[in-house]
Amino acid sequence: MSSSILKLIAQRIALGLLLLFAVSVLIFIGTQILPGDVAQSILGQSATAESLANLREALGLNDPAYIRYFRWLGGVLTGNLGTALSSGQDIASAIGGRLWNTLFLAFWAAAVSVPLAIVLGLLAVRYRNGFVDKLISGLALASTSLPEFFIGYLLVYFFAVQWQIFPGISTVYDGMPFLERMKAIALPATALTLVVLAHMMRMTRAAILNVMQSAYIETAELKGLSPFEIIRKHAFPNAIAPVVNVVMLNLAYLIVGVVVVEVIFVYPGMGQYLVDHVAKRDVPVVQAVGLIFAAVYITLNMIADIAAILANPRLRHPK
Amino acid sequence: MAKAQAATQKPEMLLDIRDLRIEARVFPPDEAPKTVTLVHDVSLTLKRGKVLGLIGESGAGKSTIGLSSMAFGRGGVKITGGQVLLNGRDILTLGPKGVRKLRGREVCYVAQSAAAAFNPAHKLMDQVVEAARLHGVATRAEAEKRAVALFRKLSLPNPETIGNRYPHQVSGGQLQRVMTAMALCSEPDLIVFDEPTTALDVTTQIDVLAAIKDAIRDTHVAALYISHDLAVVAQVADEILVLRHGRLVERGDTHQIIKLPQQDYTRALVAVHEIDHTEKQPSTTPMLSVKNVTAAYGGGAVKVLKNVSVDLHPGQTLAVVGESGSGKSTLARAITGLLPPQAGSISFDGRTLSNRLADRPKEDLRQLQMIYQMADVAMNPRQTVGTIIGRPLEFYFGMRGKARDQRVAELLDKIEMGQGFANRYPAELSGGQKQRVCIARALAAKPKLIICDEVTSALDPLVANGILKLLLELQQEEKVAYLFITHDIATVKSIADAIAVMYRGEVVRYGSKSQVLAPPFDAYTELLLSSVPEMEQGWLESAIQGRRMESAGN
Repeated sequence: MSSSILKLIAQRIALGLLLLFAVSVLIFIGTQILPGDVAQSILGQSATAESLANLREALGLNDPAYIRYFRWLGGVLTGNLGTALSSGQDIASAIGGRLWNTLFLAFWAAAVSVPLAIVLGLLAVRYRNGFVDKLISGLALASTSLPEFFIGYLLVYFFAVQWQIFPGISTVYDGMPFLERMKAIALPATALTLVVLAHMMRMTRAAILNVMQSAYIETAELKGLSPFEIIRKHAFPNAIAPVVNVVMLNLAYLIVGVVVVEVIFVYPGMGQYLVDHVAKRDVPVVQAVGLIFAAVYITLNMIADIAAILANPRLRHPK
Repeated sequence: MAKAQAATQKPEMLLDIRDLRIEARVFPPDEAPKTVTLVHDVSLTLKRGKVLGLIGESGAGKSTIGLSSMAFGRGGVKITGGQVLLNGRDILTLGPKGVRKLRGREVCYVAQSAAAAFNPAHKLMDQVVEAARLHGVATRAEAEKRAVALFRKLSLPNPETIGNRYPHQVSGGQLQRVMTAMALCSEPDLIVFDEPTTALDVTTQIDVLAAIKDAIRDTHVAALYISHDLAVVAQVADEILVLRHGRLVERGDTHQIIKLPQQDYTRALVAVHEIDHTEKQPSTTPMLSVKNVTAAYGGGAVKVLKNVSVDLHPGQTLAVVGESGSGKSTLARAITGLLPPQAGSISFDGRTLSNRLADRPKEDLRQLQMIYQMADVAMNPRQTVGTIIGRPLEFYFGMRGKARDQRVAELLDKIEMGQGFANRYPAELSGGQKQRVCIARALAAKPKLIICDEVTSALDPLVANGILKLLLELQQEEKVAYLFITHDIATVKSIADAIAVMYRGEVVRYGSKSQVLAPPFDAYTELLLSSVPEMEQGWLESAIQGRRMESAGN
């Protein structure tokens, strides 16, 4: 590996960290300007002015904003995300299990949707403008056009209510056997797959079709390669960068945008946790979850950038 | 040898194309789709081991006919009639599977731009042996051994290791030779060379041409050699087929075609380079004076112009010649202010020009116009010819309405295009017409100097000739000076009054045309001049011979 490529990657990582820092500032500011008073919402309407003041003092809400920001940032850097105002629980330990649940769901949704999207994309290119292409594109676009809550309820209606194959509520608990767990997440994973599939499939198709215009595709054709070999061997390697980009964007969505699906299936993940605590005006939890989502998003996009750098033979093998 | 045995079993007639008709479906804007005929019932034959040259302008159907020998139609092109008999059977009836068996096995293809025709994601060796492996001609090890031997035969540097490189790590001339090796690797009966040297510099072209010719001779492969340059084809072909608008014009052996052409069109092709032009003497004060200009890209990191000084006199033509990368276009960018020089000064019409384009007054911009190589991308495709030519009239002179339209009509007249063209869009024009519109647009500003950057390089020889004649006439009428950037020595001879030869960012030879083109030459100018193909059989060998002696002396 050359030094220029290491430099490029180091730049991307540094940029990612800088971005994460900027996002932490934005999250903090955003939560500060939210209307409502935390102390009020904890103690309720009947609280006395004195008890409100005492609680504010105890929570450190009277300190200037920048001091509270640095106190929060310092905590985050040392792994202390603070305690939830509403329950008094340690946020880090509460999030731990839920983050794992969300990642588990996202992993299986990705494990199904990414290969499926790429294979469907390749098939669409192979039979471009023909029946197969139109069928694949049509179905994928239809599934994307449906809102995810609608897909979710459709799945519940058929698979849980009518045919009773999978549970409609995705309850998981510690020590649950693997197969049970898989059965529990079957419907939310399917819903997520249907949501992200079309985007990845269409982008794979577009990226490869773009490459198919190149002169070296004609060279391959004139060597006597079969259409599928041409796509697999000569077109796909040159379409990796855009494909990885859209895959990463969708992986990020699988983790960050999972809120609606988790709520529908009552799945104990990050999304549910976030929604619950936004309703309770529990600022430290919202901040912590927001920061974790941002970190996931930035990391995945950074990986996409680095993959694009590594996929470019001009950068990998300089003159 | 096994090859010789095989040859005795196969028919002597390798390729026999009969009444070939090729059509394409086109979708013109704002019109119903229609079918156009690209090739009208062309027949040709090629014997085993022979080389047939296909020559003609763009649109003549050369590549289309060449690719039909692989039963391939590019884009929406379809072979709709006739037969293509290869090794005794009609390959048009084989079906997709049968055709795939012969592509890369019996017939191989060498493209015009090897840089685009190699896959950037794979190593050269993987691509060179791919067809041989696919068709089971050889094992991987055998194929690689053969490839290395071919690399050596084609005089590629480091033949043992060059296969481990990626396409972008190898120069254009070398890639073209690697592509020839790729075609030869599966030991085909026929290779289609589609303008294999057209995209190369003139001094590189001669090396590649010699390598291809040697390889053809030593492997006894037959070839269809496609080019628009008759002088190039004359070096390698046994017979030549002249094509125009998809029809056969003339067929004959090479000597007959270049020495005793029967048809007017062939005669025009043979005579294409000659324009009478008397050299003008320099005036007392130059109009443009470039003094000790040094310029660099990347914040001074890459010096592309080193201490360049040239003068251009009013109403005259200074030709700047050199290969790609010699800095000729950068000189134009420095003069126009697009790339402010690091050092040196540029004076124009008695005043010093600001280095930066943004600092120059409108009057300076008006008096210095440019014409580019790619006329089609230098025009807004959504504007009509009238709007394109009218724009400088509005911008510099504030002309509107009738006055402007009248002037546009005059300019269209000057470039020998009728009034009817004012309402057309660039897409509706031919390459030569587009370049004429660009000339009219430059003239509209009434400039004192026009920088012409490779303005004829993308055009067919006859069309280019028309453009050069037009430029000379306009110079007479408008007293405009040209800074004419080109890599083509023949063009220079036709139109220049003074010449600057550039090499690696420096002016290595400069003076009036008669001085620069008269011996004694410096080594580079000699190389440049001796590399221009001449319409003589055997020129290639003698030119290479001359060069070898020279390089041995260095």
